[in-house]
Parts: sequence; C-alpha cells; structure tokens
Amino acid sequence: MQLISCPFCGLRDETEFRFGAEAGKRRGTASSSAEEWANYLYFQGNPKGQTREIWVHLACGEFFMLERDSMTHEIHQSYCIRKEDQK
Amino acid sequence: MRLASFGTAVDSTKPLNFTFDGMACQGLAGDTVASALLAAGVRVVGRSFKYHRPRGIWGHGSEEPNAIFDVSCGIDREPNARGTTTQLSEGLRVRSVNASPNASRDTYGLFDAFARFIPAGFYYKTFMWPDWQRFEPRIRAMAGLGCIDKVWSPKSFSRQVNSTCDVLVVGAGRSGLAAASRAAKDGKSVMIVDEGIEPGGTLLYRSRLIEGVSASDWLCETLIELERRDVRMLSRATAYGVYDHNLVCVSELKGGFAPPDLWRIRTSEIVIATGAIERPLVFPNNDRPGVMSAASALFYLRRYGVRVGERVVIASNNDSTGEIANAFRDAEAKVIEVAAVKDVKGRHGIEAVIDSEGRSIAADALLVSGGFTPTVHLYCQNKGRLRWSESHAAFLPGKPVEGMRVVGSAAGDFGWTVSAAWAAKPGKTRAWIDFQNDVTLKDLAQAARENYRSVEHVKRYTTLGMATDQGKTSNLNGLVAMAALTGRSIAETGTTTYRPPYTPTSLMAFTGVRHGELFNPVRRLALEPEHRAAGAVFREYGGWLRPAAYGSDIQAEALRARETVGIFDGSPLGKIDVIGPDAGALLDFNSYGTISTLRPGRLRYGFMLQETGIVYDDGVIARVDEYRFVVSCSSSHVQGVYQRLEEWRQDQFDPSRVYIHNATPRWATLTVTGPRSRQLLKELDLGLDIGLAELPHMAFVLGSFEGGPARVARVSFSGDLSFEVSVPLSKAVLLFHAMRRASTPLGGILLGLEAMMILRAEKGYIVIGKDTDGLTMPHDLGHTGPRDKRTDEFVGRRALFTDWAMGRDRRQLVGLAVAEGEAALPTGSHGIERVNGKLRSVGYVTSSYFSPTLRRPIALGLIERGAARQGDTVKFQYLGREREATIVAPCFIDPEGTRLHV
Ligand SMILES: [Zn+2]
Repeated sequence: MQLISCPFCGLRDETEFRFGAEAGKRRGTASSSAEEWANYLYFQGNPKGQTREIWVHLACGEFFMLERDSMTHEIHQSYCIRKEDQK
Repeated sequence: MRLASFGTAVDSTKPLNFTFDGMACQGLAGDTVASALLAAGVRVVGRSFKYHRPRGIWGHGSEEPNAIFDVSCGIDREPNARGTTTQLSEGLRVRSVNASPNASRDTYGLFDAFARFIPAGFYYKTFMWPDWQRFEPRIRAMAGLGCIDKVWSPKSFSRQVNSTCDVLVVGAGRSGLAAASRAAKDGKSVMIVDEGIEPGGTLLYRSRLIEGVSASDWLCETLIELERRDVRMLSRATAYGVYDHNLVCVSELKGGFAPPDLWRIRTSEIVIATGAIERPLVFPNNDRPGVMSAASALFYLRRYGVRVGERVVIASNNDSTGEIANAFRDAEAKVIEVAAVKDVKGRHGIEAVIDSEGRSIAADALLVSGGFTPTVHLYCQNKGRLRWSESHAAFLPGKPVEGMRVVGSAAGDFGWTVSAAWAAKPGKTRAWIDFQNDVTLKDLAQAARENYRSVEHVKRYTTLGMATDQGKTSNLNGLVAMAALTGRSIAETGTTTYRPPYTPTSLMAFTGVRHGELFNPVRRLALEPEHRAAGAVFREYGGWLRPAAYGSDIQAEALRARETVGIFDGSPLGKIDVIGPDAGALLDFNSYGTISTLRPGRLRYGFMLQETGIVYDDGVIARVDEYRFVVSCSSSHVQGVYQRLEEWRQDQFDPSRVYIHNATPRWATLTVTGPRSRQLLKELDLGLDIGLAELPHMAFVLGSFEGGPARVARVSFSGDLSFEVSVPLSKAVLLFHAMRRASTPLGGILLGLEAMMILRAEKGYIVIGKDTDGLTMPHDLGHTGPRDKRTDEFVGRRALFTDWAMGRDRRQLVGLAVAEGEAALPTGSHGIERVNGKLRSVGYVTSSYFSPTLRRPIALGLIERGAARQGDTVKFQYLGREREATIVAPCFIDPEGTRLHV
C-alpha cells in the first residue's frame, strides 16, 4: 500500500487515488490525424523509473501533478496544476 | 520423556488431556502440541506428502516441516495446524494428516518402496495422456495435507487494526530487544512483534552472558524496561509481509480457535531481528523420526523439561552444539558427538546411527545442526539483495534498504562458527533435502541431468520449497546441491524469490469483517421498509438493492401499469448538479448532443460518449436556470459520470466558473407511469404554479411537498404518460404513502424493476450496457444528428469519424419478431450466417421478453447492417438449436408516441 501525497489533503493511502494521465499528454481534436488520435487514445509512454503523472485524489476530487519512480515506488513530490491554487 | 525438573514454559500442576490419532495423552498447561507429543513419547507424528514416509518433529517454530495436524475441539477445527506453534488445550483432538488410518500404520506407506518410479516431474510426465483430470481425484486423495472443514461456522471474525510507530522491531530475541530498548531510550515510539509464545527468542533456552549478566536475567530486566517505556509487545504475532512505504502486515494468533487479528503497521523504520533457522544435515535417511534440530532439542529440554532421547548422537558442522551435549549429559542422557553421519537405522524411530567410519552407534535420537539460515524474508520482500558469505555458510543481507535495518543472527551475527561440508553426490540411499515436499538429493540430480539450471525452474519442477513451510529448512541445502550438480558457485546459483506471506496465514485474517452482507455492501433505498411491507421481492441492480417485483406475476404488473397507473421507485437515478456560468459549455463538451441550447424548465435526452466514441451512458438533463443543470444519468453510472465531469471541468475549463455536485443520495424519486398518472398526481399537494395538464412532455416544474422542495418532471421510460417526482429523502415515506392512497381508487399498483424493463423494451427504449456493448456508437442506435451537425468539440467526436466507425458492417439496434405462437428468443442468442460453409455471428439478441401488451414475444438486438435490413429473416442459434426471426423497427408499441400525450 503506497502513501501518496495529495497537495490539498496530505499523505493518504493509494486506494484513495486514481491515475489520470501521463503529464504533458495533449487531448486530440476533430482535426487530429488517425495516428494522432490513436496515440492519444491508446499509447502510453509507460516509463521505467522517473515519471510525471496527473493523479486525482478521489476524496477531495482534485487533480494534481505527481512525480514518482515507477520502479522503486518512491514518491518524489506532488503539486497543484493550476497557478492560482499554488499560492 | 518429561524430566522431574520440568521446564520454564509449563505449569506442572495443571495437566491437560488430549488425544493423538484417537490415543489418550496427557500434557501440561504451557505445552505446545509438539512438546506434549514429545513428552508422551510419540515419535511418528505424520506421513510425508509423496512417499508416505513416517516423520517425526524436526523443529520448534514456524519453520516446522513435519508436525502438521488437523486439530479440533467440539465443533471447532483447524486444518493443517503446525504442532510447534499450536498451544495445547483441554480436550484437544489432534490428528495426523496424509495418513490413514493413523500416522504409525499408514496404508499408503508402501509407496515408499516404489519411490524410484515416482521421480521428480513424475506427475508432469506420466499423467498427461489422455488428460490430467482422469487421474487427479485419486492422486489428490493419496497426496495433500488436511481437509477442508465443510461445516465451517466461525464464532468470531478477525479484528483488523491499523497502527503506526516510529520503529517496528520484528523479533523479540536478544538483538530485537536491544534495538527496541535503544530506540525507546531515544524517545521513539516502538512496537515489537514476535512469533514466539513468549518474548525472548534464544534467550529463553540458551545460556549465555549478556553485558555480564545471565540471559534470563537480562531478558527479565529488558522486558521490564521496555514496559516502563510503553513499548508495545505482540507475541504469537508474525510479520508476514512488508509492503510499499514501510507498511508491515502482522498476523497475531489468538487463543483457541479464534481467527488471527490482522495488523497493518506503518512505520518509519523496520528493524529485522528475526534470527536464523537451523538447517538439517544431508545424509541418507536423514528424515527418519528421531532426527531433529539440535537447537530445538535444547529448546524442548529447557522450556518443557522434555528429553527427546536417552542415547543421543549429535552431528554438527558448528560450535553451537557443545552446550547442547552438556545439557543432555546433565539430564543423564548418554551423548556421543560424531563428525558426520553415513546412515540411520530404524524406520519408525532411530535405532542406530552409522558414523563416517561405518561404526554403528545405538541411539534413540540424532540431533543435527547443519548451520544457520538467516531469516531475511522481510528484507528481500523489501527489494533487499542477498550476498553469499562462505565464512557464514549463508546468504546474508547485502546493501541496506532505506527504512530498514537487519540486526543479529538475521544479519549473520550468529555467535557460532560454522564450517560447512556440503553433501556429496547422491548415493544409493536417498538423502532428503525438503522434508515436507519429499524432495531428495536424487531428485535434484535428475533435474540437473535434465538441464534445469534456474533455481526458480528447479523449484517448480522438483517442488523443492513449495510446501507450506516454503522451504525454510530446505532451500539453502537445495541450492547448494544444485550449485555442485551444475558446476557453478553458490552465489551464481542464487536464491528463489521471497514473497509474502512468511508463514501460512489464515484467510480469515484477510477477510476481517468483509463477509456475508459486508462482503459487497449493497446500497439501500430510503423506502426499503415500505417496499418490503408491500411485498416486494428485492434484487441487486448496479449495486442497489431494489424491488424486482411485488409478487410473482410480473406480466400482470406490467399490464396494469399500461392500463391504469404504476408507482416505481427511481431514486437511484443520478442527480448531479452542474452549476456556474460555464455549466452549459461543460455539458456541451461532455455530451453527444448540445445541452446549452436547452431552455430553463426543459429536459433533453442524450448520450455521453467515451473518447473512443463508444456510448458510455444515456440520461436526461434538466436546465433549472441560466447557470444550473441537473444530470440524471443511469443509476449504476452515477459515480462514473460525476468523475468524468470533474475531470473535464479541471482539464478543459476554468474550475472557478463551473462546479459539480453529486446530489443523488439526498433525493428520493418516485415515478408514476400510465394513462392515469396525471390523475394520481392531482390528488397530491405538490404546490405547483401551473396545472399538470399544462406541463409539456420533457419539461419539469419546481414545487413543494410537505414543507420541502419537490421537482416534478414529465419524462417517460415506459412509453406511457409518466411523471418523476423527486423530494428530499426525509419526505420519501410521506410521498410514498400519499401516492399509494391516491393510486388505489385508480386501480394502480406498485411497479417493480422487472416489469419496468418489459415496458421500456416494448417501446424500444434501450438500457446502456444491455442493449449496447463496448463497440456501440450513437449512430448504431440511430442517433446521427450531433455527429453530422455539431461543429464544436465534444468527448469522443474524433472517434466517430474513423474508418471503423464509418464502416458498412456495423451492428445496429433492431427489433426482432418471431413467428406466431413461438416462444421468446433467448437473450444472448447469436444471429448466424454461413460464409463458405463456416458459421459466423452477425450480432445477437440483447433484450427479449413476452410482451403482455401485445401478447407475443418481442426482442431487441444488435445486428450487422440491421437498420437497412428491416423485413429480412435472420437465423439465430442458441445452445445448438437454430431458429428464425424477422428484423423489424426497434419499437413495438405506439411508434407515433400518442400514449405519451394522453
Ligand atoms: Zn485531496
């Protein structure tokens, strides 16, 4: 059971969180090519080691940035995505 | 035999009666089953797994490979209990496993004579043809341990405790207690968990001086000191697993037959002070009853006053046994120490030991010490890597793991000098490596001959270390032998992977209170008692416990609702508020159809798609005012719809301009449907500004009911005139009774979900996930408008324009009619066609009922190119039987919609 830090609520059990997306991934649009759209839908980087990901804390509902290591399960840091929340 | 001096663990004034394989025995309070059996002079305690060899007690802790019993008392039973960790109690019935009729006379014992026909991999090679299932039942009856308790009726359930501390010490031996004491003195909060019945580890039976005082005095003082500093101590508690971020799971055995408690302890530092396990020596017939761990023999002598033999031979590769020899001499046993053992005589108990010179020494016990294997399971589970130490003859913890420290014998600090001489090549007589799974040196040699190299493969091929003891006494001897047989170093050969749990752990510990109703708790309606009083039969739908029907005649229920009026509890339907200046824009983006053009007071039906273009949910959205919408999604999708709205809100919008609130649990919704539904509502005081007759289809109005708000929406899932009345939960009972009072004179009834399913199918209204699947797009359901007309972006839009989405052969929603007098098509029947003589599916039946309104079967289905094939006949197949059906429009009653407007 990993402990993940929500920037709003602090350390909580991983069962309270859900993976959102790999950071930096852009949503496709109606003008995307078939390849671009398929990449958006189905292809993940799945890096081994350092990752930057968007997660959501289901308890407070906030999406945030999570930097962690997919090998060691070390959690490096988490922070708000939007400027106005970062204070 | 029990000495008059007794031991430190037993109370000589309190005898306890028990039976072993039906034979009456007596032990003492404080005994384990193992110590009581040894005291009673029982040598053969069970039969081995494969060859049914007689076996005796080897050790004294959780590593015990042989002493596995079925224990019971009254109706309580515990299969496969380790005799070394099970405490004796009055009236306990102990039965050996894998032996019939009993351990000393076992009918399958002759298997051993045929051992050369049952080599490693025997089952894999022999029972392949014609198929394993043929042989399995007989083999299972002959092999295996214990049996399942079929009248399982637990009196209590495991407690599950979450806890935290600064330092968690695993093992209450010398090193663990010292580490705990130091941490406590530094002001840290400390917990100790220990497998033993009492804390102390080897201090309980070894005589050493520690810091100038005797082991027992040091133990006593340290325990007092720890208690004074509020250090929490759990005995009979096994830390069986280490998980991410220093979570340690502990199973704490309780008295009698109560299930263990499960502790989840989160800690900053884990101190592994788990000690080391004594290994057997590998020599011919080393599994005979009476061959025993030397340290365990000392343990039984000092703790229980049990002397396991009076003519004792000791064979050891280290200097730990000198004390043991002296202790047995002090106990008036004849002791001979030998350098090595060539063979052992005696089948049901040792009669003589043949030493390396070939001399025969009369003996009734052979105490062996083949060195020590550090208990590094938790370190390895935590991604620690071991290193081989020739001087310790053991794998030791390598680099430290963050947040964990390994101390004492577990780190190789044995206090003894080991000079291992490893077993030679297998001889004529079998020498055992793994007692519990019956793996011999010969089996390993065979595996090596067949070119098995990886220890993981050898483990699975020979079953070495795969028994319930997980090879605690055997793994190292096995891999050392493998190294020699394959000409590699021990370090190169390596170990198998350590995985939790460290010892077998009762499933009750993991279950806790999650059983029966709490296994998967259902969500309950506010009106459940009222429905029950009205005779409802409940069933689970999408996690909700809902009335399926009121009585047995679902057809009559549906028909009455068509003719008069039915009251249906629709409370689980989603009620998600979307509020703010950008609410319309968010809903446009989230939905297939445009929402922002809806006028206040109006409702709109539509779909939500996944990004893949697949239909995720359908529902009705109401616009309350300029900045406020209510999304009424399917009851089983409420959480999912809420989450996706929240995700798009934060990803694509300014969260300060739109807010989402799931109000579903706060409202009760009762639907009235049927030609007399308006008459029914007229009897209620709903505080409406307009007359019900002026409320158009797909519109709603706010009112009040019994001093609270009410929302009356004219919307239909049955095809009849229909109204949904939503009130706060606190008013639900009042609304229910008011509706029932009003419905009786109108001939109305309560309508269950099953009858409602028939009504909606007659009208061709779909249920997402039933009439659609993971390939269904909105245009397959006949909804093409938004795809063709919308120019703005929405979820799943791009996916509607892929080649696949626009393909010709898509499965589309159709109605299916069968010939006069035929029964309904089974749901799930596949439409079939033959292409070049081969059968292929062209779709399937998604919903099928007998229609009480039409008095004939109706069905919906997803059929290839179905929309353009009305009038075509399709063959359907179900369980080998073929039938025909005609494709018709997916609407069986009132296609003009006149019933909605009566
Ligand atoms: Zn949070």
